[in-house]
Amino acid sequence: MYTSLTNRREFIKKMAKLSAMAAAASMFPGIIFAEEQEAGIPADAKLDWKKGPCRFCGVGCGILVGTENGKAVAVKGDPKCEVNKGLLCVKGYHQTMCVQARDRLTHALVKKNGRYVKTPIDEALDLVASKMKETIEKHGKDSVAMYTSGQSTIPEGYVASKLMKGAIGTNNLECNARLCMASAVAGFLTTFGTDEPMGCYEDIDHADYFVTWGNNMAEMHPVLFSRMLEQKSTRGAKIIDFATRTSRSSGASDRSILFEPQTDLAVANAICYEIINNNWMNKSFVEKHCNFSKGLTNMGYGTEDKYKFSDKPEKVDFEAYKEFLKDYTPEKVAKYSKVSVKDIKYLAAIYGDPNKKVVSYWCMGVNQHTRGTWMNNLIYNMHLLTGKISQPGNGPFSLTGQPSACGTAREVGTFTHKLPKGVVMNEKHRRLAAKIWKVPYENIPSKPTYHTTEMFRAVDRGDIKFIWTQVTNPLVSLPKTSRYRPGMQKDSCFVVVSDVFPTPTSDVADVILPASWHIEKGGIYGNSERRTQYWDQMVEAPGEATPDAWMTIEIAKRMGFGELFPYTRENHVDEIYNEYRQFHEGVKHGMAPLDVLKKESGVIWPYVDGKSTQWRFNATYDPACDNGEDFHFYGKPDGRAIIWLRPFEPAAESPDDEYPFWLNTGRVVEHWHTGSMTRRIPVLHQAMPAAYVEFHPDDAKKLGVRNGEKIKVSSRRGSCILPASINERGLPTRGQVFVPFFDENMLINDVTLDAFCPISKEPDFKKCAVKVEKA
Amino acid sequence: MPIKSYLAHPHDGKKEQLLQDLSIIQECEVLPAENRDILILVTDTKDDHSEVELEKKLKTIKSLKLLAMVSGFNSKQN
Repeated sequence: MYTSLTNRREFIKKMAKLSAMAAAASMFPGIIFAEEQEAGIPADAKLDWKKGPCRFCGVGCGILVGTENGKAVAVKGDPKCEVNKGLLCVKGYHQTMCVQARDRLTHALVKKNGRYVKTPIDEALDLVASKMKETIEKHGKDSVAMYTSGQSTIPEGYVASKLMKGAIGTNNLECNARLCMASAVAGFLTTFGTDEPMGCYEDIDHADYFVTWGNNMAEMHPVLFSRMLEQKSTRGAKIIDFATRTSRSSGASDRSILFEPQTDLAVANAICYEIINNNWMNKSFVEKHCNFSKGLTNMGYGTEDKYKFSDKPEKVDFEAYKEFLKDYTPEKVAKYSKVSVKDIKYLAAIYGDPNKKVVSYWCMGVNQHTRGTWMNNLIYNMHLLTGKISQPGNGPFSLTGQPSACGTAREVGTFTHKLPKGVVMNEKHRRLAAKIWKVPYENIPSKPTYHTTEMFRAVDRGDIKFIWTQVTNPLVSLPKTSRYRPGMQKDSCFVVVSDVFPTPTSDVADVILPASWHIEKGGIYGNSERRTQYWDQMVEAPGEATPDAWMTIEIAKRMGFGELFPYTRENHVDEIYNEYRQFHEGVKHGMAPLDVLKKESGVIWPYVDGKSTQWRFNATYDPACDNGEDFHFYGKPDGRAIIWLRPFEPAAESPDDEYPFWLNTGRVVEHWHTGSMTRRIPVLHQAMPAAYVEFHPDDAKKLGVRNGEKIKVSSRRGSCILPASINERGLPTRGQVFVPFFDENMLINDVTLDAFCPISKEPDFKKCAVKVEKA
Repeated sequence: MPIKSYLAHPHDGKKEQLLQDLSIIQECEVLPAENRDILILVTDTKDDHSEVELEKKLKTIKSLKLLAMVSGFNSKQN
């Protein structure tokens, strides 16, 4: 096609401007260029601005999408949304551009004789339903599985759970939130007996210190980080970055403290030792509101198939806890954590100062950890010992990665052990689900089956013979894809993939179902701070692309469960939410009615008497507190939170002579997870076109590695070739390399290890041993 | 030929001044951030000599604290 020089030059100028905007957004999270946001909008445009949450990340920024003639033509931050107050990051601002990608999946594709054939959606759904039914008849209910997402909407997760657990009667339902939030869930349940953070983002406006644990918020939660930076400049709040890699967050923090991978367990205990040793403990709070417990240790790492573990909690007293902490004096811990005694004492003094408010933030560094549940427990220990919890500006806050990891994965419960309220192991919870779903109570099995890693092992073993993935790309995001990709390619399993774009996962599918994207359907998300966010469909989906919830409903109908799914296509989001809301009635988890959700830019639960509950467990703010005290941890039968004795244990695999480097993997600000959407947004792709392997300059010098040189990163599982990056985006510690996982052309998860936390079953993507050599 | 983009950092309190100083230069297109003291500068010059001259001119602007280059493209002039 001919392009005039004038057009080409204008195009290049626009690209230059957008590159600068991307860079500015990375350096100054939340930066707004209003003029550019309006650029490209015709002067006489009569835009219809519709509200919704952002599609990317768990922060839950409010967006306003401008539509004209049925197309999304502009996106801006919603100034009325309390989450982002009008700010957006570079991904949020450009998000709707991906729907224009040329390789968008618009029709169902069915593999016939090794080739994908365009197929009418009804025919493809017939095939999926018949395959699912046939597999159940031949091999039993537990031979079929669904693998969904923390990016699924609440209605999507709800109908998936109802189909699998209520109608079919199998607990073979999991989601990719197992890869990112399961340790947070297990941490909340073990310490407090109830899931999700007690505080909210408004804590940022009150805290004196933000301590981030293995958490690069400047890139992963840029809008929240920009709110923290604002408090830093206006009120003098301090940000302390505690991590294994120097990142953009480190550069913007007041203090960056680096630790040896896995030793965060020891440092957290050392901080608790110091709090007690210096008499900084809030004795009356601990006496009134806490118990002490210990659990099993040396649990292993789950690297073998069919690994099982159940903890055996044992109540202990404060003296036993003090004795336990004697192994964690700052002097002892400094020797192996590489954190100086001075820095450990500095951190302890922050938590210990009764006049300073502290918020701890963490996300994947703590959760993707073979002792992730323990790390969550240990952060809670610091806040419980000092009584700095459930108050404005004081509290531990586990951030989520995905936009509805809380709303869908955790609250609806798209894990094998979960129900929309409670767990499958609990008879009362099963009876409630059976009543609301109108299915026989016996339909819902009482035993969990496969957590995510074990689910894909079961596919590889041939135990699961049908799997349907929705809104996720496991063959890029799972650990040890070097095993699970060939596993999914086996003829023993029929693979159905619902997605918006082709991915390495859809490449192995027998049927590909075209899904509607975010704004092409209505939906509801739940963000990190318990905020439920509703949006209406804004534009039509192309071709036969269909909302995931509706495809699940269509499959249910075809399998003979139609009367359990009496929803209408036009109103299914509202109808499903109204049914789902019954599960959470009451002061502990009451959810806002639809008319409120439609009006507001998100509402925090528990929603009681027309009001959001911002700080749970604190009687001043939380109407569910009924023990007559100032605090009430009502998730536990005796109303007390638990301070856990959790020791340091080494990683599943550590560097040795053959594989001398730690491998750490993660994300970059420009890309959302596996990049299937953001790599189709030109400005984001151009800003970060390919993955890389980051070296510490001393290691690079020792190995004679130059910037951009091709490097082969190998582990005992597989290898990956990437260009070297030295002194660019981030700086790993000596003896460590870092690789982002967004690039499907450089599959670093072929290299990672599928070891997981035995309690949460969440894999550790941050630590395994590799060797590096010039390719 | 060259098209380049930069992040332009003004001296304290000089954002508006910097916006004016850059806007009057023919080869410069400026986009100020709404909520930060930073501007995006895109320069478009006809040849390498003009580019060098422009760079000299930019260095004399008193309201400009720092110019950080983000991208550079070489394209045929219209």
